[in-house]
Amino acid sequence: MSILHTVNKSPFEKMSLDSCIDHVKGESAVLLYEDGVYAALKGTGAAEKLASVMETTKVYMLGPDVKARGLAADKLLEGVEVVDYAGFVDLAAEYDKVLAWV
Amino acid sequence: MAIEVNGKTFETDEEGYLTNINDWEPGVAEAMAKEDDLELTDEHWEIINFLREYYEEYQIAPAVRVLTKAVGKKLGKEKGNSKYLYSLFPYGPGKQACRYAGLPKPTGCI
Amino acid sequence: MSEDIKKFMYVNRRAPYGTIYAWEALEVVLIGAAFDQDVSLAFLDDGVFQLMKGEDTGDVEMKNFSPTYSALGDYDVTKLYVEKESLEERGLTVEDLMPLKYEDEDDDWAEKDSIRLVSRKEMAELMDEQDVLFSF
Repeated sequence: MSILHTVNKSPFEKMSLDSCIDHVKGESAVLLYEDGVYAALKGTGAAEKLASVMETTKVYMLGPDVKARGLAADKLLEGVEVVDYAGFVDLAAEYDKVLAWV
Repeated sequence: MAIEVNGKTFETDEEGYLTNINDWEPGVAEAMAKEDDLELTDEHWEIINFLREYYEEYQIAPAVRVLTKAVGKKLGKEKGNSKYLYSLFPYGPGKQACRYAGLPKPTGCI
Repeated sequence: MSEDIKKFMYVNRRAPYGTIYAWEALEVVLIGAAFDQDVSLAFLDDGVFQLMKGEDTGDVEMKNFSPTYSALGDYDVTKLYVEKESLEERGLTVEDLMPLKYEDEDDDWAEKDSIRLVSRKEMAELMDEQDVLFSF
């Protein structure tokens, strides 16, 4: 069974991303939204953890939240796929279950 | 609450400020002024337009002392003082002019 | 100005849009500016994200209040201390922040930087110097 894991908390403030990553299995995916998108900032411990997860698991981030926070493409980890709200809905439908690490 | 202008309805809060700044049109200012028995002149419009530009740039309605200082810098000392601004907007240049301009109540007006 | 001016510091530790804290802090600062105190703002931890350049909230349908930080100078709030280590931990430098300026009334309206980069140690000392600390 595949799971779409969603993370909406800053990795610098909460442990949500770490807990999420520790529970992710290969066929699942991670979607970062709201303050969760800060995890994709290059040169941080959070981005390093994401990069290792990305060897086996697809990672997405919500474009409108990235734009709202002024995170330019060159500051972000390569390989994280940007989706819009419709893409978020498609992902939620595509995976068997959604687990929100709120 | 709401006001009617040229057959259109504009929603306002309990103090008469427009709920949505993007709804604003010049007729709104004229209708609000009429209710206060005030005829809007070019001098009034200069301040109303100044406030709309200030909001556009900073996303806030300035407090009256900030407005006074900013008007002085942009339009000259003879306009950047309380006496001049109160002569145009007797109910208080911050509150009254911001209301006519469709802005929220000034931030930092007490 | 009154004789007993107090040193007020507003401590910002939250990212801007995920919670309401950042906007609430900004409103309190603008209202509090009427009281002629010695006001400063501290940005540390996720608070440094509040000052990011190029924020565009059009697609999330929230108010983009980042331009409001540029109005702080008009309200005589001219000391924005940003903690260097907090930036570094987030892969950022001061170049990633808005170039906020104020005009110095006592120096022929010369334009000066509002943002002052300080170390964690200096931030701790600044906090120590304050009469009142507000946390958001």
